Amino acid sequence: MTLTLKKYSVLPGFGLSLGYTIFYLSLIVLIPLSTIFFKTATLSWERFWEVVTDPRVIASYQLTFGASLAAALINAVFGLLVAWVLVRYSFPGKRIFDALVDLPFALPTAVAGIALTTLYAPNGWLGQYLDPLGIKVAFTPLGIMIALTFIGFPFVVRTVQPVLQDLEVEVEEAAACLGANRWQTFTRVIFPNLFPPLLTGFTLAFARALGEYGSVVFISGNMPFKTEITSLLIITKLEQYDYAGATAIALVMLVVSFSLIFVINLIQRWSIQRYAK
Amino acid sequence: MVSTTTAPSAPQAPPTLRRATTEPPWVQFLLIGTALAFCVLFLIVPLIAVFSEALAKGVELYFAAFQDPDALAAVGLTLLTAAISVPLNLVFGVAAAWCIAKFDFAGKNFLLTLVDLPFSVSPVIAGVIFVLMFGSQGWFGPWLSDNDIKIIFAVPGIVLATTFVTFPFIARELIPLMQEQGTEQEETALVLGASGWQTFMRITLPNVRWALLYGVILCNARAMGEFGAVSVVSGHIRGLTNTMPLHVEILYNEYNFVAAFAVSSLLAVLALITLLLKSFIEWRIEQQHQE
Repeated sequence: MTLTLKKYSVLPGFGLSLGYTIFYLSLIVLIPLSTIFFKTATLSWERFWEVVTDPRVIASYQLTFGASLAAALINAVFGLLVAWVLVRYSFPGKRIFDALVDLPFALPTAVAGIALTTLYAPNGWLGQYLDPLGIKVAFTPLGIMIALTFIGFPFVVRTVQPVLQDLEVEVEEAAACLGANRWQTFTRVIFPNLFPPLLTGFTLAFARALGEYGSVVFISGNMPFKTEITSLLIITKLEQYDYAGATAIALVMLVVSFSLIFVINLIQRWSIQRYAK
Repeated sequence: MVSTTTAPSAPQAPPTLRRATTEPPWVQFLLIGTALAFCVLFLIVPLIAVFSEALAKGVELYFAAFQDPDALAAVGLTLLTAAISVPLNLVFGVAAAWCIAKFDFAGKNFLLTLVDLPFSVSPVIAGVIFVLMFGSQGWFGPWLSDNDIKIIFAVPGIVLATTFVTFPFIARELIPLMQEQGTEQEETALVLGASGWQTFMRITLPNVRWALLYGVILCNARAMGEFGAVSVVSGHIRGLTNTMPLHVEILYNEYNFVAAFAVSSLLAVLALITLLLKSFIEWRIEQQHQE
């Protein structure tokens, strides 16, 4: 490392730790990930376009995007509500609920998948009440949405909660003194502060839902054109030894999720600038 | 949490003033009720369903599910996978945190983005990339088959995919904390004559021990529970390349629900232990902050 690139420090071990970090990162992440680009590059542009715009693939994008968006919206609303209740009010069992919010992170997705499928099957605990009403959940897009809501739930709560905790009560007192009612205080004083983390949480939940596989594969029923998500389509193509086709679709998903991460970074930069004023 | 109580010494104060920074009780009640209903429906009911389905046909059948040699092999493979990938990511996490948090160099933010990269790659794609590298049609496929080495549809592939998926967990817990702690304590130790290794072992490591444990626990939970990535590279060979989540899938697809939920219940207990330890560590960190 040249001194112009690195600020001088008395601490030892920079070369070793950076070297190992880059070595391990390349070995486990960068080189394997690059195969997606190299493999897709073996396809001609026409063939690539043909694969990624096949009607069955388009149907899977629509389903995956639609269900993920719906799930992320549900999570934005209820995540905000749960974060609010956990920070602002006290009630029995609060600590337990607070800890349980992270259950979707800790519970393996396959377990969540079979549990939700069993619950919402026409003879399941919840399905038996929904079925007579004509609401079918298991093996429909609605079921996919429920599974995606489950796995994305902690994101919004965990991004909004710390910001809500750090909010100063003086600002709300000032608003109340100036004659705002509680609803006005919430919409004009509190909510604008919560909006950037809410948006970040929403985007994280959305990105996670787009790539989810384990919990969805059980509840979706996996019918082509109807309940087949993009992740499953990639696996189906792999099992048919259509490596190039699987990789092309994977590349599309990869580009979408990287763009989302970019959006999250923009949101965060924007909110930091807003606070700096 | 914001305190909502006011001193009872001012009984004449109009009640509207007291509620200036909180909501009327009926609104609070409504909000708490809705939030809890959502949590119960989406979190607690599925959790109860796992245990209830596992015990649906009695305790004997429940325990019989664990006498199946394939189930035991799946437990063994899951433990082995976690025992390899967690330490690998632990060493990486400490190295990455040391160079990123303690030094200033060009390209630091870029490196940080790369460390986080596996979180934005969907699990299925995480599996696909290792098939593209080591599968029969992959980069190293012909060489591997000439030398009779199996990576895909074998244990090494499962370990690699798991390591990829759990890659950032420990680094991501350590980096912000070590950045916040700065370098003053380490510099003091060095000035007082400690060696680099002594400084690390006696200053840095004790300072981050709870965050380290926190990262290890999250990393371990994901390593044991990963499904999508492992599913792509495993080949689903019973007794050989099935981890616990994959074994759950096979049993479920064979309509052997009691056994599927019995194995699931082990994973659910693991998840609950993870949450318990996580809450405990969060509480410890909070206490440390207050000291």
